[in-house]
Amino acid sequence: MSDPVLSVKGLSTHFFTRAGVVKAVNGVSFDLARGEIMGLVGESGSGKTVTGFSLLGLVDAPGRIVEGSIKLNGVELTTLSEAELRKRRGHEISMIFQDPIATLNPMLTIGQQMKLAIDAHERVSAAAARSRATELLTQVGIPSAAARLRAYPHEFSGGMRQRVAIAIALLHRPSVIVADEPTTALDVSIQAQILAKMRALARETGTAMVWISHDLAVVSSLASKLAVMYAGRIVEEGPTATLLRDPRHPYTAGLIASLPAMAKPGAPLNQIAGSTPSLLSLPEGCPFSPRCTHASGQCTTDADMTQNGGRQWRCFHPVGQTAPEPA
Amino acid sequence: MLGFVIQRFLQAVLVMAAMSVIVFCGVYAIGNPIDIVIPPEATQEIREQTIRRLGLDRPLYEQYFIFIGNLLQGDLGRSFVYNIPVLELIGGRLPATLELVLISVISATVLGVSLGIYAGYRPDSWVSKTIMAVSVLGFSVPSFWVGLILILFFAVNLGWLPAGGRGETVEIWGIGWSFPTFDGLSHIVLPAINLALFKLAMMIRLARAGTREVMLTDTVKFARAAGISEGTILWRHLLKLISIPIITVFGLELGSTLAFAVVTETIFSWPGVGKLIIDSIAVLDRPVMVAYLILVAFLFVTINFVIDLVFALIDPRVRHGAAA
Repeated sequence: MSDPVLSVKGLSTHFFTRAGVVKAVNGVSFDLARGEIMGLVGESGSGKTVTGFSLLGLVDAPGRIVEGSIKLNGVELTTLSEAELRKRRGHEISMIFQDPIATLNPMLTIGQQMKLAIDAHERVSAAAARSRATELLTQVGIPSAAARLRAYPHEFSGGMRQRVAIAIALLHRPSVIVADEPTTALDVSIQAQILAKMRALARETGTAMVWISHDLAVVSSLASKLAVMYAGRIVEEGPTATLLRDPRHPYTAGLIASLPAMAKPGAPLNQIAGSTPSLLSLPEGCPFSPRCTHASGQCTTDADMTQNGGRQWRCFHPVGQTAPEPA
Repeated sequence: MLGFVIQRFLQAVLVMAAMSVIVFCGVYAIGNPIDIVIPPEATQEIREQTIRRLGLDRPLYEQYFIFIGNLLQGDLGRSFVYNIPVLELIGGRLPATLELVLISVISATVLGVSLGIYAGYRPDSWVSKTIMAVSVLGFSVPSFWVGLILILFFAVNLGWLPAGGRGETVEIWGIGWSFPTFDGLSHIVLPAINLALFKLAMMIRLARAGTREVMLTDTVKFARAAGISEGTILWRHLLKLISIPIITVFGLELGSTLAFAVVTETIFSWPGVGKLIIDSIAVLDRPVMVAYLILVAFLFVTINFVIDLVFALIDPRVRHGAAA
């Protein structure tokens, strides 16, 4: 495999609040190859969004990256100045958000917003900016794009707005796009269109993606690789198909079992008992142990990542190996 | 857009009609001007002549329709006291108020919005905390007291600025203005500060609240993620997003200050319309009061109308919502 475009090692982002230190992201590591789509899955509050913002250096106070390394195209981001980071945001790494109604400025036309995003990194003529904007809008599937440059966000449907946001994120052909649940706010049919578009764009442009989602079903149709986050840590990582068929970490197994498609019709849906721990006071060792049916006394100490054939997990009692398969 | 303009125009006409009735009846109710206009030693004959000449012997509704008829022909009547057309009287005083109020409201807005954006952008810095402390003062200290202290400090103790009057004026289009001359400008400074202080405080609070809210939205996060600089975010995104409440308050303040700058004009003996109306109320100069209040209503209606148009210009959602 060639050098990864994005390499994250031991990333920790903590929020220093009055109530104490919130360890939102706690030693996250992963690599992303050119054009690869990685799904970052977890419940709300598992630290996936903060991980995304950390990659762009956009963690708001009182949070900050306390340790770890983020290498984008071989350049270490965590030690860069804010000015240097800004030059890379939108240019080498960009981000799209969950709610396309909230991300676009309602008082500026689509053309004006795209021009601002172009001007942030290049000096181009108004005509050149227009033709670039038109080209990208066409590419993400917006009909009569040239005319739509003069339209305002409220004149677009939700799905179209998200396409505009994607076009803005793609303006400078970034190496990596962080997509924070970009289809969650959309209808299922629109969601499918956007997913297909993103997959095609990743293939055409060679853009790698970190696709953040709480919806395992959505991510698995898109990502070639999955990383499952729990309480600020990646607990399991591996190729999507393998991981879904044969999960190792009990949390991953629980997530898969709780997919509605996995339940028998009419039977109650499976769920993982308990709730996520407070990030203010994480239990010793494995944060999932209080909810885990496999937990033992060993689980109060930290498990290391177990590497095995292109996948890895962080558990003393992985499912389907040392522990018996739950009935 | 045209439908929107026509609709707002009809609304404005209705408001004006209602206002004229309320004002006319209200002023009629507060007292009989005859006792003040006619000297007590006048004979009964002169008394009755005067009442007839002023039209005060007719029933209220007749007086009202005569007034409206004249109003539509541009005649607002003659002052009982000065015996000159009311329009001329108010017109002579209006420029003084206009320049004072425009200077104070515009500078309060520009300064207040800038300081408010700073305070909202860096809420934890000591500069922001100082700005907010000053704005609390601006809200809570009464305006007449600030006026007196300004005179005491800058005019009496330091002797830097004059304490009252308009100073040297220049004729432009046949109207005297103070602001083009240095002397006139030095006379405007203190009353303008006095009038501006409360508005400054309000603008700071509005801009700060708006900024804090907008800076947390996904719009700003998305702009940052696209690599757009903080300066561009503030100038191109934020300013537009916080503008609606600021423009609303700007219009309201402009109207109410033009109409009721009474306290400041009295303290600084500024010969504006505020002083005129107070003097007219004291002597029950009915035509001046009625005309003045009608003009004030007209002013508010016009300002609100203009502001609605400005909203439609800057906010596409208002524009399109109105067209649909």
